[in-house]
Amino acid sequence: RRGPGTPASRGRRRTWRRSQTRGPPAPGAKPPPLSLPPRCGRAQVREAAPARDPADADPPWSTSARPRLVAPARREEDQGCCARGRLGFPPGRRPISDRELARRQRLSISPIAPVLLFGEKYAAYTFKLVENVRLVDRISSKKAALGTLYLTATHVIFVENSPDTRKETWILHSQISTIEKQATTATGCPLLIRCKNFQLLQLIIPQERDCHDVYISLIRLARPVKYEELYCFSFNPKLDKEEREQGWMLIDLSEEYKRMGLPNHCWQLSDVNREYRVCDSYPTDVYVPKSATAHIIVGSSKFRSRQRFPALSYYYKDNHASICRSSQPLSGFSARCLEDEQMLQAIRKANPGSDFIYVVDTRPKLNAMANRAAGKGYENEDNYSNIKFQFIGIENIHVMRNSLQKMLEVCELKSPSMSDFLWGLENSGWLRHIKAIMDAGMFIAKAVSEEGASVLVHCSDGWDRTAQVCSVASLLLDPHYRTLKGFMVLIEKDWISFGHKFNHRYGNLDGDPKEISPVIDQFIECVWQLMEQFPCAFEFNERFLIHIQHHIYSCQFGNFLCNSQKERQELKFWSGMYNRFEKGLQPRQSVTDYLMAVKEETQQLEEELETLEGRLEKIQKVQLNHTKVKSKQSEPSKHSGFSTSDNSTANTPQDYSGNMKSFPSRSPSQGDEDSALILTQDNLKSSDPDLSANSDQESGVEDLSCRSPSGGECAPSEDSGKDRDSDEAVFLTA
Amino acid sequence: ASLRPPRPGAGLGLPARPPPLQPAPRAALPLLGPAASGAPGLPPLGDMEFAELIKTPRVDNVVLHRPFYPAVEGTLCLTGHHLILSSRQDNTEELWLLHSNIDAIDKRFVGPLGTIIIKCKDFRIIQLDIPGMEECLNIASSIEALSTLDSITLMYPFFYRPMFAVTEDGWHSFLPEQEFELHSAATSEWRLSYVNKEFAVCPSYPPIVVVPSSVDDEALRKVAAFRHGGRFPVLSYYHKKNGMVIMRSGQPLTGTNGRRCKEDEKLINATLRAGKRGYIVDTRALNVAQQARAKGGGFEQEAHYPQWRRIHKSIERYHVLQESLIRLVEACNDQTHNMDRWLGKLEASNWLTHVKEILTTACLAAQCVDREGASILIHGTEGTDSTLQVTSLAQIILEPRSRTIRGFEALVEREWLQAGHPFQQRCAQSAYCSSRQKWEAPVFLLFLDCVWQILRQFPCSFEFNENFLILLFEHAYASQFGTFLGNNESERCKLKLQQKTMSLWSWVNRPSELSRLTNPLFEANNLVIWPSVAPQSLQLWEGIFLRWNRSSRYLDEAYEEMVNIMEYNKELQAKVNVLRRQLAELETEDGPQASP
Repeated sequence: RRGPGTPASRGRRRTWRRSQTRGPPAPGAKPPPLSLPPRCGRAQVREAAPARDPADADPPWSTSARPRLVAPARREEDQGCCARGRLGFPPGRRPISDRELARRQRLSISPIAPVLLFGEKYAAYTFKLVENVRLVDRISSKKAALGTLYLTATHVIFVENSPDTRKETWILHSQISTIEKQATTATGCPLLIRCKNFQLLQLIIPQERDCHDVYISLIRLARPVKYEELYCFSFNPKLDKEEREQGWMLIDLSEEYKRMGLPNHCWQLSDVNREYRVCDSYPTDVYVPKSATAHIIVGSSKFRSRQRFPALSYYYKDNHASICRSSQPLSGFSARCLEDEQMLQAIRKANPGSDFIYVVDTRPKLNAMANRAAGKGYENEDNYSNIKFQFIGIENIHVMRNSLQKMLEVCELKSPSMSDFLWGLENSGWLRHIKAIMDAGMFIAKAVSEEGASVLVHCSDGWDRTAQVCSVASLLLDPHYRTLKGFMVLIEKDWISFGHKFNHRYGNLDGDPKEISPVIDQFIECVWQLMEQFPCAFEFNERFLIHIQHHIYSCQFGNFLCNSQKERQELKFWSGMYNRFEKGLQPRQSVTDYLMAVKEETQQLEEELETLEGRLEKIQKVQLNHTKVKSKQSEPSKHSGFSTSDNSTANTPQDYSGNMKSFPSRSPSQGDEDSALILTQDNLKSSDPDLSANSDQESGVEDLSCRSPSGGECAPSEDSGKDRDSDEAVFLTA
Repeated sequence: ASLRPPRPGAGLGLPARPPPLQPAPRAALPLLGPAASGAPGLPPLGDMEFAELIKTPRVDNVVLHRPFYPAVEGTLCLTGHHLILSSRQDNTEELWLLHSNIDAIDKRFVGPLGTIIIKCKDFRIIQLDIPGMEECLNIASSIEALSTLDSITLMYPFFYRPMFAVTEDGWHSFLPEQEFELHSAATSEWRLSYVNKEFAVCPSYPPIVVVPSSVDDEALRKVAAFRHGGRFPVLSYYHKKNGMVIMRSGQPLTGTNGRRCKEDEKLINATLRAGKRGYIVDTRALNVAQQARAKGGGFEQEAHYPQWRRIHKSIERYHVLQESLIRLVEACNDQTHNMDRWLGKLEASNWLTHVKEILTTACLAAQCVDREGASILIHGTEGTDSTLQVTSLAQIILEPRSRTIRGFEALVEREWLQAGHPFQQRCAQSAYCSSRQKWEAPVFLLFLDCVWQILRQFPCSFEFNENFLILLFEHAYASQFGTFLGNNESERCKLKLQQKTMSLWSWVNRPSELSRLTNPLFEANNLVIWPSVAPQSLQLWEGIFLRWNRSSRYLDEAYEEMVNIMEYNKELQAKVNVLRRQLAELETEDGPQASP
């Protein structure tokens, strides 16, 4: 949200003040609405500007875009919505203003963000409850938060006891990637929950027995119940088929091929894979060169791993070059296949502009050679006419999995030094792998657009690296894929329809842990890296990739391929992804949020301008109009919402005293806590040292001393913050 | 003399208005460097004095190569202060480069064609192909001589005549008295002292300093004798919220036998409220501070300063920083290496480690003041480098005013220029120079980098944008303005800079310049801002270090788009307000009639 100036925050502020003056303020209590996730913020906009019809305030993406979320983003969305505690705090703890009540009511009926008021409502779903659990904050390593752990059918929920925050952390079971029970200590039994969205939770459960119970339950629960409840890409090709038949698809791929200009005189839709006869991991509708007969296709498919014959992935209208994909040929040391050779020739001929095609093997040469021993391998340039063969060394899923693991370990380091961090990042090789994928995409895109040559891409099975590379290349070549809709289509085309093993790679069902690999995460990161370099080229923003939820302004789409970028230095560590639960590490104000708020306001202004003009005209025409009185009443509220928003400098500190605590990173104009917090703290210190520790912890200030390398000593402290003296002691050891 | 006078705005790439045919440079200065950015004055005066250094004033058919721009062929001219390349065609760019911006040059010969590679202090590298060996050698030796002039008074600021109307004299924009008035209303505990009027007590302090009211000038003189370089503790920042302060000084000269100074103890204790304690932040590691005792320096002993707690932080200085900068720039310029090597080099340069260390210390200081409600004294050895980094960054964090353009200028003026950061020594050379002097160090650049890190984390809380920081960096190293000349106020007085040169602030604080330095997203934020200092949150400042190695076209586009969005929004707001007013007027006129 835009903060001080926006209608939303104004509304918030007012609410908060009123409640403060009315009852005895709960010590260190915070303004409740700030703990809401950003999406819920929409509701507040409505609240602050009641003149607007709530119906038209519904964000366009709220319903239509959501079912199409990309996997990791969806996870975030699921979690992000809850972790910040959308329950606010229990009724009765502090007086609730009428407005607040109205807000809650509105929210609770909202289909987007159903708010469950704490208590009986979800007690029904709760079947396990452990009290006096401590949640360790692994970044600030301040005093752990004491709370209650609930296990429900779908979520793990941790609710802090601390009455002023009641902060909640929600984890969807299918989010959980590993659960680790550590050796029992004097304080209790630690349970480490790692999530696929890179969140890490450390719980300390007092009783070993309880801990074991939770552990066992979670292991069972962490397996999904139904596909539909998971994120949307978690289906395997077989299921894909069924789903499709149910008309589940919102995105029509045939439309997409039509957009590319297909079918045409060179390419046709083949029904050879009807009912998945030839290849069960391919879509039924496959585009192949016109000259490739069913005989050739079937013959070729027999010569390719898992029958994944060369098929069209992207057709570049401008010069008829194409990107095709397949799996590796079963060439072994000397085998050849006439039909396969004809197939490649057909692809070449489908592009009159070039007399050769590139065959890109995205594996390191060594891996490809090793495959030959198993009767697989790569194309022999001598057997195929007019091909240029090229290796691009992208490592396999196991290397990638380990690399990610290493990088996450770096992210999990407690107060690392700059060198630790950079060294660890380098050592993980993660950015090297990302660069390899992007380089491969660049190579293909250049071959297609600059040399006008068609490219056949494969790796081993042609569903991981090939998907990554094809989609990066398509993204570079075609601005359409940089739009919201286009991006979804791209995922649909290159990932889902061509049988990327979402299920295996992301471990949704019980499966082989060796099959898990962050393949699509890497693709998404590639997109993010491009986005960093070409901020105006994408219709969507980082949040779309993470949350995939809001879209930001769309700019002109430049064809940015022609600029041969050196990505070397520009690849960055994506802390927004891998450390996104450590809100303290993120920029505290988001340009994107700010601009979105401004955009939104601009839109409202446009609307208002229109109505004002209309009314002015009316008034000028009809001098006596009774409706004016009515319209006048609705006017002031709007007025206060907008007119002061830009020059408002009076963002008094009180309004932000709690902002920082529950929701530190995304709100643009919240700076931090301030004098008001100090005041509440002082109050607290006299009465309840524990609370003061708590509010201090969340202010984010303590983080500093803890994260500074020499501040390591002042790190985990049961007592830091209990009173002023011990805080001082903390500094002294530094 | 053969040169046409430069056409202001046309072909010069004046920052606000880039010439039509060239792609808009990101920071708006890259083509020409700082020299041209203020509309270069005519240098005929200089030519007389430098005539013997310029053996070949002019060469035709020189080809200029720069990354991301097509080669330009033209005439190369040398003047006393500038290297100028003009393509002699209308509407094409010229290169104006201040000699003082040149850090190092390399020459190469292939047959009769000579090549000079010019490495600038702003990290840019350009290449000139010069036909004729003799010309090339002459040009090279002239550049070398002209870029390493000994005398300050021969520098360009003494010859520069502004081509803009001076509406506000920057030399008088931030007078200490005015700055003091900003908080003198809030407290009577502090006073202005003129004890250093003749620079006799402390040569690196300004004539006017702020000290506790209860301490007289005589005591100050005694304290000065006890502090390194005579830098007795003075007020750096007064935190209005709780009356706590940040002071800075030089190290105490305790020596090995633990000398003490009652006046010093009294002075700093005078800043404490009854029963309160304060912190002393020593920017050196404990062992370094201990070693300093052998050389007569040292640190405050607990026994003598019982109300103070000492915190040691380790901020590097001097050649360590310079080496770090050299390695970083080298890594940034090396286009060949792969991802791992790049990360390895970035790590090995330690630059970000320094950034992190400085930021952490500043945050700690700010935390003591704001959260702990304690006053602090900051010093390192001399109190002119790391001390100033910490005090000024702490103010950025604590004080909203220092995040505005004028406030930041005031901060630079107060905490860097008047506080006696030796710009002349520190910024004499940059990352390419081979002759490494002990006192060269990118201290100010590190400070700017830290500000940029905070700016990146709080993009809406600063009135200025990245361009402003880049501009300050450039002018600190090479400028047509006198602001950053000299090592301290005393030297500046002797040089009569105020009379003989123009202040940078006179030029910057004009609407035409401010417009490109202003952050479109700025919304005043009166709060304390706490940046994250975790490694994940710190980034390489690409705007400085990769500025010449990448195309900024797409980032510029994004920036433009952002500006457009904001402007359109403002425009609509204005329109809506006008209409509302009209409507309200009409309605009040009609109101009584409407309601019967």
